[in-house]
Amino acid sequence: MNVLDKHLQPHGAALQLRQKRLEMLSSNIANAATPGFKAQDIDFASAYKSAVSGVGALQTTNPLHVGHAGGGAAEARYRTPLTTSLDGNTVELHVEQMQFAENAMRYEASLNFLSDRINGLRKALKGE
Amino acid sequence: MKPLTVFDIAGRGMAVQKSRLNAVASNIANAGSLAGNKDDAFRALRPVFETVYPSFQQNGGVSTVDVVDVQRSSIEPERRHMPGHPLADADGFVYASNVDINEEMVDMMEASRQYQNNIEVIATAKNLILKTLSVGK
Repeated sequence: MNVLDKHLQPHGAALQLRQKRLEMLSSNIANAATPGFKAQDIDFASAYKSAVSGVGALQTTNPLHVGHAGGGAAEARYRTPLTTSLDGNTVELHVEQMQFAENAMRYEASLNFLSDRINGLRKALKGE
Repeated sequence: MKPLTVFDIAGRGMAVQKSRLNAVASNIANAGSLAGNKDDAFRALRPVFETVYPSFQQNGGVSTVDVVDVQRSSIEPERRHMPGHPLADADGFVYASNVDINEEMVDMMEASRQYQNNIEVIATAKNLILKTLSVGK
């Protein structure tokens, strides 16, 4: 990993995970009325830890090997509902909306941090 | 199937809620209709939703929704004694549709709220994507 990658990776990885979580939460919201649907989510803390540490990544010792970037902890887990519903659907709209709003806010935060780092690099390159 | 984006997911979500609203509208429109026999009486329409996964990652946590079937409500139509009615059978009975107007109103409100939720999801995702496009500027 080169210096630039190392400089930008923490926020880049966070953005990727936030995007994935955004898709999952929107799946839950779209399926709010589907009987038997089980809401899913990822554990962001552990997923992020494995994404930045590279745990779960496949080592390649030969250019012909197939590599994998890891991120196995970003696997979807089923949500435990606070109250159960008759049709077996575990989507609780208030929970999903709250998580969705929080996720969008944190996505934007990561985006701002990333933007600041890029601007910092630019300034250094220009030497102003 | 290609990987699902937020727009696919919420877009399908809106489409199914729309079809639910359509079913409610047709049920309410026919709530007062009468028929001359049991089989011709109007029975409420009920769309059936099912989760749709992109085929290659069944458990990736990402899925959308689709209407797989529209069924008729199985509640028996109400039999009313109206001998003067032009549709009345030999015994003077007509059969009213089995639509419960209260149930339909609740269904309508739920469908409309969930439609709005999906719009909100799309608006937020669009906003975030536009901000991401202008990163570092």
